[in-house]
Amino acid sequence: LNMPLSTQSQTDDEFYVFVATLDNARNLSNLLKAIAFKDHAIFTATPNGLKVTVEDSKCMQANAFIQADIFQEFTIKDDLVGFQVNLTVLLDCLNIFGGSTVPGVSTALRMCYVGYGYPLTLFLEEGGVVTVCKINTQEPEEPIDFEFCSSNVTNKVILQSESLKDAFSELDMTSEVLQITMSPAQPYFRLSTFGNSGNAHYDYPKDSDMMELFQCTKTQTNRYKMSLLKPSTKALALSCKVSVRTDNRGFLSLQYLVRNDDGQICFVEYYCCPDEEGEEE
Amino acid sequence: MKFRGKIIDVACLNHFTRKSHICSKTLTKTCVLRLTPDNLFFILSEKVANGGVSMWCELAQANFFDEYQMEGVTQEDNEICLEVAPENLARALKTLQNAKALKVKLTKKHCPCLTIPTLSTVSRVVMHDVPVDVIPRKLWHEFKEPHMPNFDVSIYLPPLKTLKNVVDRMKNLSNFLVLEANMSGEMNLKIETDLVSVTTHFKDLGNPPWGEDGSQRDSDAMAQARLDVRRLQQFLMGQQVNPTKALCNLVHQRLVHLILLHEDVSLQYFIPTVA
Repeated sequence: LNMPLSTQSQTDDEFYVFVATLDNARNLSNLLKAIAFKDHAIFTATPNGLKVTVEDSKCMQANAFIQADIFQEFTIKDDLVGFQVNLTVLLDCLNIFGGSTVPGVSTALRMCYVGYGYPLTLFLEEGGVVTVCKINTQEPEEPIDFEFCSSNVTNKVILQSESLKDAFSELDMTSEVLQITMSPAQPYFRLSTFGNSGNAHYDYPKDSDMMELFQCTKTQTNRYKMSLLKPSTKALALSCKVSVRTDNRGFLSLQYLVRNDDGQICFVEYYCCPDEEGEEE
Repeated sequence: MKFRGKIIDVACLNHFTRKSHICSKTLTKTCVLRLTPDNLFFILSEKVANGGVSMWCELAQANFFDEYQMEGVTQEDNEICLEVAPENLARALKTLQNAKALKVKLTKKHCPCLTIPTLSTVSRVVMHDVPVDVIPRKLWHEFKEPHMPNFDVSIYLPPLKTLKNVVDRMKNLSNFLVLEANMSGEMNLKIETDLVSVTTHFKDLGNPPWGEDGSQRDSDAMAQARLDVRRLQQFLMGQQVNPTKALCNLVHQRLVHLILLHEDVSLQYFIPTVA
């Protein structure tokens, strides 16, 4: 283990079912931070890339996708490799050198997994200093299938994240729910809160510069628990565009397009069930 | 027993506040200020029950003071030993940031005090009375310069900022940390919990020449110390400025002795191991 990253064990590689390297560990840690609202994270690696899933109360799910070509090396020996780790621990490991944002200073990462029952091993290197982390893994739980498919999507808008950031920063967080109205007619796209200091509505005209796409076929009003949506603001803060979709059951999908330090594109996606108490009407 | 000092050079003044800041940041409750004709010392020696950390910080008065007069308890024991809360001293010195000069004087008010009138740029005098306890001569032996332990390994520390980042993250993961080093310039920091094991490897750090003589030690053999991470964090907290030299002496499974040498300040910090 005392070997530096470069010489570290091309020979060991044959034992690993999964190896991925990044020149800049922040390209992974930033995305993971955006979904780090629970400790348990399910890692699913396929030849296409890496998906990391975090869930809350069976009502909400967040996925971070990192395409295989974002990694400098991405080797996988099975069609699918899955394991579960503690995300808070993983983030502390990825930021062991402080996660510097100074240009030209970055932490190189090599991530290896032997298979079931073995830890996830991270080799991190910055300025000639090497850190080796072995994070215990568990058998992955089956992520919830929200059965959200594009053929059932009733309404969809794509917004510049800037505009939604403004809205979210002004939202009344004392409200238990966020109500989203999407409609082919007025108010088109409306966010509403019902808090201690009264009700508030935030409307987006459909021809706004901020609205890149507006495809609403049917008026739909759904409420979502604020506590479930709040963590998604972390992803929002990182992103440049967001796609908001609802399906015929009122399920919400938020897809955030995130540009990393190197200008490459990754996605963070949130699914949320509608709040059932809010469905008296 | 008399003490008065004056700093009028602004550069010296800034320097002094910065250096006393380093000392006060490192400390927690009370510390001892020892004054001799040539030096000022900030000394901390915790009881073993509180973790047993001790610190020794030495400043040459001539590097800071334009005027420095002191008369010790007697002519033979020409020293003054005061107990002071570093927090109070730091608060008084904080107001010096815009000051043109610093005067400090040992006074007798309702209790013994270090009185610090500061002349600020807007020509207002701010008086600070920092209460102190005068330590009787019979207790002075507790505040003598600690002797250098008979260490197994002596090694230069990596850049303190890197060290701080690593230690801070390790603190998030575990309360205890193993520091190990050898005479081949290698130092490792390790933690191990139910969830994760992390080892950071520093190499090519170099070993100070004084370690080389005498010992027949295998240069690759690690000396180890298991520490309360908070103690190490405490030491690193105040160190924003990289010292001229920073080194670490290890007594295998007993003690870590950290030394920071600035141009005119030296700081020694002792952290005992935990089982």
